[in-house]
Amino acid sequence: MSYFLTGKTGPWEIVVGLEVHAQVISRSKLFSGAATEFGAEPNSQVSFVDAGFPGMLPVLNRECVAQAVRTGLGLNAKINLVSRFDRKNYFYADLPQGYQISQFEHPIIGTGAIDIELDSGEIRTIGITRLHLEQDAGKSMHDQHPDKSLIDLNRSGVALMEIVSEPDMRSPEEAGAYLRKLRMILRYLGTCDGNMDEGSMRADVNVSVRKAGEAFRTRCEVKNVNSIRFVMQAIEAEALRQIDVWEAGAIVQQETRLFDPARGETRSMRSKEDAHDYRYFPEPDLLPLVLDQAWIEALRAELPELPDAKRARLIRDYGLTPYESAIFVQEQATADFFETVAQGRDAKQVANWMLGDFFAGLNRTGKTIETSPVSADDLGALLDLMTDATINGKIAKEVLEIMVDTGEKPAAIVESRGLRQVTDTGAIDAAIDQVIAANPDKLGEYQSGKEKLFGFFVGQVMKAMQGKGNPALVNAALKAKIG
Amino acid sequence: MSLDPATIRRIAKLARLRLTDAEIPRLQGELNAILGYVEQLAAVDVTGVEPLSGGAQMALRLRDDVVTDGAMPERILANAPDRIDNFFAVPKVVE
Repeated sequence: MSYFLTGKTGPWEIVVGLEVHAQVISRSKLFSGAATEFGAEPNSQVSFVDAGFPGMLPVLNRECVAQAVRTGLGLNAKINLVSRFDRKNYFYADLPQGYQISQFEHPIIGTGAIDIELDSGEIRTIGITRLHLEQDAGKSMHDQHPDKSLIDLNRSGVALMEIVSEPDMRSPEEAGAYLRKLRMILRYLGTCDGNMDEGSMRADVNVSVRKAGEAFRTRCEVKNVNSIRFVMQAIEAEALRQIDVWEAGAIVQQETRLFDPARGETRSMRSKEDAHDYRYFPEPDLLPLVLDQAWIEALRAELPELPDAKRARLIRDYGLTPYESAIFVQEQATADFFETVAQGRDAKQVANWMLGDFFAGLNRTGKTIETSPVSADDLGALLDLMTDATINGKIAKEVLEIMVDTGEKPAAIVESRGLRQVTDTGAIDAAIDQVIAANPDKLGEYQSGKEKLFGFFVGQVMKAMQGKGNPALVNAALKAKIG
Repeated sequence: MSLDPATIRRIAKLARLRLTDAEIPRLQGELNAILGYVEQLAAVDVTGVEPLSGGAQMALRLRDDVVTDGAMPERILANAPDRIDNFFAVPKVVE
């Protein structure tokens, strides 16, 4: 299903490319030994290099290079054995050097591709143009003082990967799916935490519109959008604006714009127009970065199983549906949890319990798989109690709720609350007699052919037994009594 | 290459330097002299020669990922013309 926006002159196709800035997970900064931890006291994680003091020289962090290479491998991309750093010059208060060390002409990672899946189930391949390493700037705060901006340089010099896609996306949905997939891959690789709230992943969105079959028209760049939802909204808002411009007979000017989520519209960032003259030149303080193929292969050998491969394996090895497996692979921890529980158990049953009552319980209590009060072993033990007929399925649901609330072990809950399934046929018969005696009219209806009422009797007997009757035994005994 | 006064103003603006009109001819002369000096290199035939990023034929030194620096906000802020708490304070720059 193609996505089109309809203007006065008919349908328009939208064309989207994304530049994602992903903060590299490393202990220290790209070119200095200062720490990178989020939320530290202002200017407490700043070296003289990060503050742009004269005479300070950058020294490249090997781990940041490794993280870029891992990411490149995860994006099925070409690793460039020789890359180079360049200076991108611009003036801003939170950029103490007056330039950003980046990679312009020769990035560390070249072209790659990732697959995204749409709601319809359709798979689309989105090209990656490049990935390069660069320094982040400091943080400016404009709302703390009437006529001053406050600058914290803790973020100055932290390593970023700028990941540039091809203009391959054709709808807000595809852009959202791309960002989610990219974030998932980065999190699996452990190269970026993907936390958009803390700014460790930010997107610049390139948008243009065109009539079907045309070449690309002029694009605009919407800067610094900080959530997937806003990216999707910004694309639609900017595309609609451009359609209006074209349909009014005017021309879309290439420019940088900002998205205002409150108004749901983009606006021009006039002050940036001048700043586009970045005067890139090779960074004289750094030699070219030359990678050893053997080192790259060593990094490749240590890569974790990535989402696509894990998903295919869950389907193949456990008989999960594509839908079930997609949910489990969203977080590595969820997939690990599933595999731990499924070990030696009925995988379909494990999947049903996790996707049903277990996730519902986590949602209800605001917990995640990482903070779950129920361990994989505990959930497994609960399923075992059902398998060996200690408890029935209905009671198991109750036990799971208690486990989620209290973190108690399932066997202890069953014992302390007397939830053990009743298999004593004498007790079952007694309950049946009691129910029959209390419902002579229903019995009459049933015996005169209203067979559906059998379910009613099963329910009443289970209720009389506080839900603890063995369902198979109850069914059999009831059949014997009332026919 | 010769820089005209408009280019001099643009370069100054990008570097956030405020120039008076009187300063422009002097800077124009100086910058053009520097460019002229460097442009002598254009006389060299570099056909088939790879661009060189550095003079030293050695590999880039890399650093281990350990925290060895920072935790000195007073020294970082010592030369700041203005500060508020442990932040640098600058004239308001806002879009």
